[in-house]
Amino acid sequence: MRLTLKVWRQKGPSDEGRFETYDVPDANEHMSFLEMLDVVNENLLAGNRDPIAFDHDCREGICGMCGIVIDGRPHGPKKNTTTCQLHMRNFKDGDVITVEPWRANAFPVVKDLVVNRSAFDRIIEAGGYVSAATGSAPEANSLPVPKADADLAMDAAACIGCGACVAACPNGAAQLFTSAKVGHLGLLPQGQAERWSRVVAMVERMEEFFGSCTNYGECEQACPKGISINFIARMNREYLKAKFKDSRKLDRGTLGDA
Amino acid sequence: MQAETTGRRNAVPTVRGRRQHQYWLLDLYGSAIGKKAVMAVTGIVLLGFVFAHMTGNLKVYYNDDGESLNHYSEWLRDVGEPVVPHEGLLWAVRGVLAVSLLLHVHAATTLTLLNRKARPVAYKGGRKYAAADYAARTMRWSGIIVAAFLVFHLLDLTAGRANPDFVSGQPYQNLVASFEREPVAAAYIVANLLLGMHIYHGAWSLFQSLGLNHPRFNRWRRGFAALFAAAIVVGNVSIPIAVLTGVLD
Repeated sequence: MRLTLKVWRQKGPSDEGRFETYDVPDANEHMSFLEMLDVVNENLLAGNRDPIAFDHDCREGICGMCGIVIDGRPHGPKKNTTTCQLHMRNFKDGDVITVEPWRANAFPVVKDLVVNRSAFDRIIEAGGYVSAATGSAPEANSLPVPKADADLAMDAAACIGCGACVAACPNGAAQLFTSAKVGHLGLLPQGQAERWSRVVAMVERMEEFFGSCTNYGECEQACPKGISINFIARMNREYLKAKFKDSRKLDRGTLGDA
Repeated sequence: MQAETTGRRNAVPTVRGRRQHQYWLLDLYGSAIGKKAVMAVTGIVLLGFVFAHMTGNLKVYYNDDGESLNHYSEWLRDVGEPVVPHEGLLWAVRGVLAVSLLLHVHAATTLTLLNRKARPVAYKGGRKYAAADYAARTMRWSGIIVAAFLVFHLLDLTAGRANPDFVSGQPYQNLVASFEREPVAAAYIVANLLLGMHIYHGAWSLFQSLGLNHPRFNRWRRGFAALFAAAIVVGNVSIPIAVLTGVLD
């Protein structure tokens, strides 16, 4: 199949950036979107030109490294799919495809389609962990987890931290990512010790970098793991509850400044 | 775009500084989630008012030359007497509404400015919306226009400055005189349609903002918002239409 790509090219963080058009005469419908970009890059390298920079790692849809906005949608037109799992059969011969990086203040462009998503790491540092006793591992069945909680926690734990939620949000909010982490850890018995301090610490760290939620629901649609905005409501509820608790019991001094 | 960083290896631009400890209520309002909760609670207060205002106004349909509506309007001034002074409860409610509206607008404005900072660059190749409907995307505009209309509405039918035939204490005659001016009636209709759109998103959104989320009633939230918005629009818009078509005079 023959395609025309309009790709965002930006030499570095301070470069203004622009779209450049590439003719792709030899795309194959069985290629993934990233493999198609590999072919474009091989041709660019053969012509001694700078290849298109893009993030990728596992190419199995589970690492969260890949992620670009394809035709105005994060990860492209197919639902519940990462860019690496998006195959060219989802496009037609002769299509003009626009490709650009995630756009958010907290995700500055490093080069071309690569953005710096360290802001997510800052949120995880603030409270995305559980206290665990050191020493030998406990007997696996000594900590019962209700099935419904385990299932719900697993839904949230499916988050791969790709940033599509932020990319899709017109407010540049990271509510879906943060709420997935808060929901995942807060639902499990291992996460109870820091349950209230975690939600406060993670939300307030998030708000240093990201916008606020206006319940558009765009994040849920863009999420390759189909994480529900019900987790955002859960996080709002837990944050508000935590704020009505005695702050001295929340251990903010430790967690909030971590 | 601010160029502040966390001072680490991977510098990340921020939209606000690190939070300082303060009195818990201010602390709550200082967070975006707290502001959204305030918007939800003040939204509920305003929804309650809009609903009561609409149902009260339906008294025009007694078609008794306004006796019922005018009597109702007197009752709003007398209610609570002699325990509370004349118009005491009326002014108390007006106070609560004014504070709610100011908080609602203040939270909306500050959050909008924050969100502009968080997403300063638009998608150069355009973007497609998958979930955000027209009502959700135009909340700021519908809100601003309804607020501007509110000023005119108060001048028209409460203070009477924008209504040359205004007579204090005769709300029925005043509203008929006002709606007989076609551009004014049109403004009321347009403003109420926008109010309906605002409510359609807001009355659903408030459940999310307050974390009122439960599998048992989640699917009712959209329907509730749609029904509430429809009731307000139909009730309010019917009155200028009834005046224009001569059903009321």
